[in-house]
Amino acid sequence: MEPVDYIKLAGTKAKGGRPYFFQDPAVERVLNITMAVAGELAVMRERMDTLERLLADKGLLDQSAIEAYVPDEAAGAERQQWHAEYIARVLRIVQQELEAMAHPEHNIPLEKIADELESL
Amino acid sequence: MSQNLPPVWSKIARHDLLPDTTHDERARFNFLANLNKHLAAVVSPGNKPAYELRVRPDFIKRKGRDFETREEVREAMKSDPHYQAWSALRRSAMEMRQQAGRSLVLRQAHELAERAAALNDGKATLELHPEMPLPPYITIMDNHLMPGSYHGELFEGDVSNAANYDAGLFVTTAGMLGRLNDGGGKAIAAYVRETYPDFKPRRILDIGCGLGHNVLPIAQAFPEAEVIAIDTGAPMLRYGHARAVALGVKNVHFIQMNCESTPFEAGSFDWVQSTMFLHETAGKAIFRIMEEVHRLLRPGGLTLHIEQPQYTPDMDLYEQFIRDWDAYYNNEPFWSKMHDIDPCDLMVHAGFRAEDFMQVGVKAVNDLANPGEKPKDEPEDHGRSPKWNVFGAWKK
Repeated sequence: MEPVDYIKLAGTKAKGGRPYFFQDPAVERVLNITMAVAGELAVMRERMDTLERLLADKGLLDQSAIEAYVPDEAAGAERQQWHAEYIARVLRIVQQELEAMAHPEHNIPLEKIADELESL
Repeated sequence: MSQNLPPVWSKIARHDLLPDTTHDERARFNFLANLNKHLAAVVSPGNKPAYELRVRPDFIKRKGRDFETREEVREAMKSDPHYQAWSALRRSAMEMRQQAGRSLVLRQAHELAERAAALNDGKATLELHPEMPLPPYITIMDNHLMPGSYHGELFEGDVSNAANYDAGLFVTTAGMLGRLNDGGGKAIAAYVRETYPDFKPRRILDIGCGLGHNVLPIAQAFPEAEVIAIDTGAPMLRYGHARAVALGVKNVHFIQMNCESTPFEAGSFDWVQSTMFLHETAGKAIFRIMEEVHRLLRPGGLTLHIEQPQYTPDMDLYEQFIRDWDAYYNNEPFWSKMHDIDPCDLMVHAGFRAEDFMQVGVKAVNDLANPGEKPKDEPEDHGRSPKWNVFGAWKK
C-alpha cells in the first residue's frame, strides 16, 4: 500500500481561483505565513500548559499522559480564555485600525497635533 | 466568565470512526475555533462602519448616487483596508482549518479506510455506484475549500475527506452544532414532531446527506421509519454509513445517487429533507431537484429544506453584500445566485401549491450549550449561525 505523503498533501490547494485581497500579493503571502506561525505558537503554548499542569500534579513528566490529557471544565475554559487573549494580542493592529475608523477624532496625525501645541 | 468562547475540541463526541488526534492536533483546532470566533465577533463588525463611514460616502461623492446593487457594494468594498484585512484573515483561517484537518486524517488515511470497511462489511445498507457520473457543478471547483471536495479519493476505499469534514466542522462552527455536529438535524426532527404530532412518516429521504450527521437525529426521532440518505460523494457515504453503524443507528440506508433523477417510484416517500445542501447545486439543477422531490412525495407528504435565507427587496444592500462573502471567497459559487431565488417560486415551479408553502425559523439544538444560560446576543457569522431558515411545503 502506497503510503500517503500527508505532509505535502495536507497543504493541497482547493480547486477554484484563489482571491487576493491586498493590492500587493506579497502582503497576502506575509499575512498567511504570519497567521500560520501564530497558530503554531498557540499549539506550543497549549502543550506547555499541559506540561506545567502535569508537572504540578505529579512532580514528573509523563509523555504518554500528554497525549491522553483531557482538560476538565475549568482547565478547558481557562485554555480557551488564553486563546482568546492571544488572538486579540496577535491581531492588535486590526483592532486598533477599527477603533481609529470609529473615532477619527482620536486619530489626528501627529504633525497636526504638533502644530496645535504651538498655540497652547 | 461568560464570553461564549468555543468549546475545546476534546468535547466532540467520540465514535469508533472519528480520526485519532494528538494533543497538538487538538490544540491547533482549539486555536482555529477561537480564531473563527474572534474574526466573527471582533473583526467582522468593523465592516459596517467601514461601509458607512468610508466606502458609501466615497461612492456617493464619485457617482452622485447611492449603491444600486450588492455587486456595486462589493466592488467598492474590495478597496477598503478593513474589508481586505477581514477577508484575508477569514480566507486564511479557512485554509488553515483545511490543512490542520487534512494533516491529521491523511497520516492515518489507510487505517481510517480499514476501520470504515470493517464497520461497513457485509451491510446491505450502504450502496455505492462508482459508475454514476458526477454532476458538473460538483467537479467545477472544490466546495468550501475542501481539496477533493466530497468525491475525491486518494485510493480505493478512501474516507479521508469525510473524516476531515467530521473532525473539522466542530472548528468552523465553533461547536455550535453540538457534540455530533448534528444541531440542524436535531432541530428539524424536534420541529416536525412538535409541530405535526400526528405526522408518522414511514419512508423518509434525505438528499445531499454528506456524511449523514443531520439525517441520524431524524432517523432516531422516527425509529419506525425507513430512512434513505443519498449523496454523490462516495467517501462521504462510506464514512457516513460506518459512522451510523458505530453510533448504533440502524434504520438509515446510504445510497450513492444524484437526487436530480432517482429510480424511486413516484409518491414513495412521506418526507423529503435537505439540510444546507441546495446552495451547493446550480441554477437549473435546483429546479430539477425540486421537481424530483415533488415526484417522490406522496400526496399528504412533506418536504423541508434548511438553507440560508433568501435576499429580499427589503434586505438592505450591505446585508446582502456581507452575506455573499462565501460565494466569492469560500468556494460556494451558487450561494449568491441561490439567494436571489424566491423559495416559493421554486416550490410552485416544481408543482407545489403556493398556499401549501411555508417558511419558518428553526433554532439549532446544541447539547454543548450551558443549560439555562441564554446565549449572548452575538453578531451573526453570516452563513455560519446555527439559527436555521427552513422552507418547504406539503404536497396536496
